[in-house]
Amino acid sequence: MSNENVENRFRFPIGEHHRAEVRAKSGRQLDELTLEDVLAGNAAADDLSASAETLMLQAQFAREAGYEEVASNLIRAAEMTRIPNEEILEIYEALRPGRSTYYKLLSLCQRISSMYGAEHTGAYIREAAEVYRDTGLLKMDNT
Amino acid sequence: MTQATTSKRFEKLRERDINKEVFVRELPKLGLIVMDSPGDPKPSLRIHEGRVVEMDGREDSEFDAIDLFIVKYAIRLEAAEEAMGLGSLEIARMLVDINVPQARVMQVFSGLTPAMIAEVMSHLNVVEMMMAMQKMRQRKQPADQAHVTNWKENPALLAADAAEAGLRGFAEEETTVRVARMAPFSALALLVGSQVGRPGVMTQISCEEALNLRLAMKGLATYAETLSVYGTIPSFMDGDDTPWSKGILASAYASRGIKSRFTSGSGAEALMGYGLGWSMLYLEIKCLLMVRGAGSQGVQNGSISCIALPESLPNGVRGVLAENLVAASLGLEVAAGNDAMSSHSQMRKTAKLMLQMLPGTDFITSGHSVMPRKDNLFGGGNFDAEDMDDWLVIQRDMQVDGGLRPVNEADVLEVREKGALAIQAVFHEMGFPPIADAEVEAAVTAFSSDDMPDRDSVADLAAADAFLESDKTALDVVAALARSGFEDVAESVLEMQRQRVLGDYLHTSAILDKDFKVLSAVNTPNDYTGPGTGYRVAGETWESIRDIPQALDPYDLVDGEAPDDRLRLASSGVSKEGTQPEVVVAVGPAFGTVMNKTLADLRHAEVLRAILDGIESEGLAARVVKIWHGADLADIGLSGARLSGSGIGIGLQSKGTALIHKKGLAPLNNLELLSMAPNLTLESYQTLGRNAACYAAGRAPHPVPMKIDNMARLRLIVHTALLHHREVRQIDADRPVEDLDVTFL
Repeated sequence: MSNENVENRFRFPIGEHHRAEVRAKSGRQLDELTLEDVLAGNAAADDLSASAETLMLQAQFAREAGYEEVASNLIRAAEMTRIPNEEILEIYEALRPGRSTYYKLLSLCQRISSMYGAEHTGAYIREAAEVYRDTGLLKMDNT
Repeated sequence: MTQATTSKRFEKLRERDINKEVFVRELPKLGLIVMDSPGDPKPSLRIHEGRVVEMDGREDSEFDAIDLFIVKYAIRLEAAEEAMGLGSLEIARMLVDINVPQARVMQVFSGLTPAMIAEVMSHLNVVEMMMAMQKMRQRKQPADQAHVTNWKENPALLAADAAEAGLRGFAEEETTVRVARMAPFSALALLVGSQVGRPGVMTQISCEEALNLRLAMKGLATYAETLSVYGTIPSFMDGDDTPWSKGILASAYASRGIKSRFTSGSGAEALMGYGLGWSMLYLEIKCLLMVRGAGSQGVQNGSISCIALPESLPNGVRGVLAENLVAASLGLEVAAGNDAMSSHSQMRKTAKLMLQMLPGTDFITSGHSVMPRKDNLFGGGNFDAEDMDDWLVIQRDMQVDGGLRPVNEADVLEVREKGALAIQAVFHEMGFPPIADAEVEAAVTAFSSDDMPDRDSVADLAAADAFLESDKTALDVVAALARSGFEDVAESVLEMQRQRVLGDYLHTSAILDKDFKVLSAVNTPNDYTGPGTGYRVAGETWESIRDIPQALDPYDLVDGEAPDDRLRLASSGVSKEGTQPEVVVAVGPAFGTVMNKTLADLRHAEVLRAILDGIESEGLAARVVKIWHGADLADIGLSGARLSGSGIGIGLQSKGTALIHKKGLAPLNNLELLSMAPNLTLESYQTLGRNAACYAAGRAPHPVPMKIDNMARLRLIVHTALLHHREVRQIDADRPVEDLDVTFL
């Protein structure tokens, strides 16, 4: 599924209009995942996870419907499909109050931007770092 | 001046449920004020070079992290200049004006500051807020969410209740746990049960954030609503979060194909000790702007578990509706509260509910308990299993869709059994501690978990831990269901997994119908623009809401038409005015011939005999006549009186209502009236006969014995209408009054 000119080609909801074209995070086509496959043990967790492309498309639908903030969240979500579960929980923990120094947050931002191509999520963390610094939400001891 | 200090009526009032509540006056410095605190800022917004440099009277150098989050993510600067230039009163009127479409109001709200939104709300009364809510709700069709838990955390009962909730029409089901380690099993039972009840029901488990996310990643939940935000930074710190940490969780859930909504609500900050002099509504508006800024599709608000706090204050229920309305106007899905216990008083609870139920919100409640209160692990529900029929009747009364549908007992038992059997099969296939047949049987018919056998909770917890740590997911559940003959349930659980790949339900106000078709603000937006538009209860929806199983065919209420076979009434010709002392007993057109019983279930023969006995006991003669020209009681009685030699007549309708009338009186000015036919006994009729005879003879009448049953009218009003209709149908307008020869058989 391409992300270019999506507004011309795709219609919401994709489950109704484009079911046959949807691929899971694993790349497997959604309609190739049947009950028989599950019974045969021929299905993995990534076969039932959304792909970044699908979430980008959903972001586009949200923007077109006027829900810009939902769209921004779905773009971060699309990026985060590439981040493993444990690391997501680490990012959450780092953003809680008093957990991180300014530099820890900046390096987190750099790491996920470069390792996972999570540029919007990275920017969100950087914005948090600046606000935390200016309003006293950083970790108190110096590192 | 009276020396009394207490009134017996006040004593009774003090005992009423409403006076078990705590009511206090406003105390703004502690945040104990719902709207319009003197501490609330005045609206302002200054933008310089694309940056907000002043908001609501504060310079950017004074902004805290919440303000910074709001100006960065929630306020659309391109809309702000025009929006903030409108007067708050003008915006309030736009909310109510059917000629201003929803999209235009949302555009204005996207550029408003918290204080401006608070000022807009202060112009609206509750009816205006309801009108606005009807327009601003995001999804076209309203819905409701169920709470499904039980004290014993029995998975068979949980699955049975989840199945019943699905059948009853709930679009979402939420569970929680008493013992946190049970979470994997409770989430599993809810998922399986819900899909038995109605494919496409979305489920969630409310537990600690990280565990919640893990369970969702296993495919055991499709949505989450545990993301709490607060309107002051100290409250946020107590919640161990910031707007950014909550925001990243929203993205994390969406990245795993899980729908999420935030939680906020009036009173939380004051309760945590950090109201800081601001009104509850102003703080809630800040929360809602953060929710919007985080990009969440929606929120559960409406004070939620703090509801008793705003309700202790003036304006509390209005303020809670205002926060629901603000959320909708900001384009957020609203699960509107009404979940936590809000009052001792049923009248007060219902009155509050109407504010959300009548206009309709995306979810009328954030949790409507399908169990009795003691099994509700959310701390007791505001509406419980016992309230289901009240809810359904209110829907039918008001032609309003509160999200639920009537069900038949047999259908409920069937889905409960299937739900319990399905989870039994899953536990068996997956090697979990067995669910006994006795548990399944008990779960089908249980009122509460008291009816359930105890389980080995140590074994359950150990197995739940192992399930969580294992690599087993919802796919193993699908396989287990399919292997044990529940292919349809397996297919539904599998389709719920596929929905995570599609991500359609991540959009605003999304739910799934029974065919897994998404209904959201994106594809089924609320298009209300006044009467005849938007969501109307009509067609099949109205038929199903209307047809509660308690509703009978009116004709089933009364026996068929038949004469009284113990009474023969033979006409002996047209009646003439009498000359002797007598009482004329005038009966209605259907009496004894087409009908045979009164509303009190007394045979016509016995009623007539009692009246005649009463007249005879005073030594007077009686004459029975039939009135053909009308069915009105006063008319019947007065017609009899006019024919009577004494001028006294008794009128008797076939349904049993009776009176004594006197020649020369105005029709409605009778001597004695027995209006409550259902309460009358043969003794009453006999006394009525005696009294009529006393009037005719110039003696003092006797009191008529009556039993009092104030509810009789409620029970019998339909019967009354049907029976009276029979009388009316026998009217022969041109036929004169006839004397009757009476024979008792």
